[in-house]
Amino acid sequence: MRKVSFPYVGNATITFQKLMKALGNDVVLPKRPTEETLSLGTKYAPEFACLPFKIVLGTYIEALEAGADTLVSTGGVGPCRAGLYTTLHEKILKSLGYEFEMITLEPPGRHLRDLVASIKKLVNRKLSIADYFRLGRFVWKELQLLDKAEKLSHKIRPLEVKKGETTRTYKKCAELIAKAQNYRDLVEIEREIELLYEKIEKKDVDPIKIGIVGEIYVVIEPAANLEIEEMLGDLGVYAERSMFLASYTFYNAVMDLFRMPGERDVKKLAAPYFKEMCGGHGRESVGNAILFAKRGFDGVIQLSPFTCIPEIVAKSILPKVCAEYDIGFLPVTLDEQTGKEGLRTRVEAFVDLLAAKRKKRKGDVVYGTLPGY
Amino acid sequence: MKIGIPRALAYYAYYPFVNTFFEKLGLEVVVSDPTSKEIMDAGVEDAVADACVPIKLFHGHVRNLLGRVDYVFVPRLVSVNREATFCPKFLGLPDMVACSITNLNNMLEVRIDIGKRKRELFLTCLRVGRKFRKGFFTAYNAYLKALMSLKNYTHQFLQGGIPPLGVLTQKKSADIKLGVVGYPYMLYDPYLSLDLIKKLIGMGTYVITPEMVPEKVKQKYAGKLKKTLFWTFSNSVLRTAFHFLETGCVDGIIHVTAFGCGPDFIVDKIMELEARDRNIPYLTIALDEHTGQEGLNTRLEAFVDMLRRKRKVKEAAML
Ligand code: SF4
Ligand code: SF4
Repeated sequence: MRKVSFPYVGNATITFQKLMKALGNDVVLPKRPTEETLSLGTKYAPEFACLPFKIVLGTYIEALEAGADTLVSTGGVGPCRAGLYTTLHEKILKSLGYEFEMITLEPPGRHLRDLVASIKKLVNRKLSIADYFRLGRFVWKELQLLDKAEKLSHKIRPLEVKKGETTRTYKKCAELIAKAQNYRDLVEIEREIELLYEKIEKKDVDPIKIGIVGEIYVVIEPAANLEIEEMLGDLGVYAERSMFLASYTFYNAVMDLFRMPGERDVKKLAAPYFKEMCGGHGRESVGNAILFAKRGFDGVIQLSPFTCIPEIVAKSILPKVCAEYDIGFLPVTLDEQTGKEGLRTRVEAFVDLLAAKRKKRKGDVVYGTLPGY
Repeated sequence: MKIGIPRALAYYAYYPFVNTFFEKLGLEVVVSDPTSKEIMDAGVEDAVADACVPIKLFHGHVRNLLGRVDYVFVPRLVSVNREATFCPKFLGLPDMVACSITNLNNMLEVRIDIGKRKRELFLTCLRVGRKFRKGFFTAYNAYLKALMSLKNYTHQFLQGGIPPLGVLTQKKSADIKLGVVGYPYMLYDPYLSLDLIKKLIGMGTYVITPEMVPEKVKQKYAGKLKKTLFWTFSNSVLRTAFHFLETGCVDGIIHVTAFGCGPDFIVDKIMELEARDRNIPYLTIALDEHTGQEGLNTRLEAFVDMLRRKRKVKEAAML
């Protein structure tokens, strides 16, 4: 039997594990990236590799050490280097002497045949069409639920009366979801999740609202962004991020198949400032920032891995956009040296600034942008 | 009417075309001054802090032109062939510049996406001509002359010259042949590259850059990777390196790159691994605004000395 492993993607890791198992593979579960993972990745990756590259490399090494013989990764096509990720990962790992097969799942639009061939390698059990349908529905629902549990936690954390209660509830939800075996379980769990969150005691305040934009991996993976959302929630801030895994999977797979430009309005909003689609999520960062501004948010935080090209382009555009829409802007660059304490100090200062600005709202003082580094 | 052309980025790859075209359209072409400390400082000031040096330099060169031209030419290079585009920073260049340089209000933004069809280039030229109220024939004529000029430029490279550095020919008898790969704006900006190529030639080596390898030869190595890279200049660098490695026509390879360059972390690592497999000496030089002469000289000298020694050992073994 194949021993499959894949990059760690937050709580969805469990979902992928179930998927791989259902397809008849053995799974080496990737561990949540730790400092050790990152230092492994940093050691063998090129110096200027972006943070996601290093973390994923580190995860692969750990998985191979744990006995995996097949690595699955999503490719990605586009002007960003994400598409070449896999090629280089494979080369580096092979040069370290590991033996394994790399299976890359390309988005279906352009490489449909490759995708089918890759998937075939992963299907090691006879399944009927109905099985596939059931499996697809289950996985999709589970991803959605995970996103939902997380969204709720961000909404409620700034309002909680007892510190830490939301985080505990969220963990419980994730555990529940992990245990689900079929679609029906999930439907039940959905109701339970809602109840659990309702039970949390809440204050009645209007929290400061901050939108989070940036490169997908560091936005959705708490281990890569130093748990910035939790940090914000603890400061009493409502943080909402622009990207979630389920929607991303959806856009990547389905939209690409029909060649529909996903997130259309986001792109349209960004168009006056950012005229060319340039890979990664630079353009979405700008569009989403505008969207947040229009929805009355107080500030925007941009998360970008150091040396991430599309986000650097976005970063030079965002200050102007945020000034025009009168919304605060804090760029955060993440690399292996970024410390949690330093980040907390900056975030706190930013939140204070936003709070002060809110008070003065009527006075029309515009000083939204903190100088980044 | 004066049109300003920043001496940065794609300039080094395509300037004969651009300059000739605008001249033949009947405009006065003003190229920004060669890179200097002032230009560098201006760029560092304007551009986002974690941009790579070449992008910072572009900002500096735009500043250098402000106030003395009617238009500043800022290309948005999307594609020049079917298979690849450019680094995202090229694609977003006008947007970055427009946001970072506050008093820039006369940008001539030209979108160059000519990869799909052959006549796109001409159509783009025509569009630019129309903007300046030039007729079809003027534009056509300018386009032809521009093509000729670019061809001539390419030809000079193939003859062993490096026209942007004023190197006409090199001594064929040089004992050491060096492959020097990197993007045109890294290699051919003498300030940024600290005159690296001329230094190497001065040490008695024969330097071969990606532009000096015919396109046809490079194409042969297109299939070397499972996936083609996404960026035109990166493809050129990587294929040149493969050509050097497979034919063994150079004694060593030097890769000149910018600190924090996005695409290059992949390109550099792939070349390093391949060179190691084939036992060909490989040196990476990463440049930024702080790189000093001294350190660079020592590293280059050490590398060339090492190649010479290696060569001697090899020759002795053959006797
Ligand atoms: S978008 Fe940025 S972080 Fe993501 S792969 Fe590209 S360069 Fe790396
Ligand atoms: S290819 Fe590298 S050096 Fe060139 S603009 Fe892009 S990031 Fe900068």
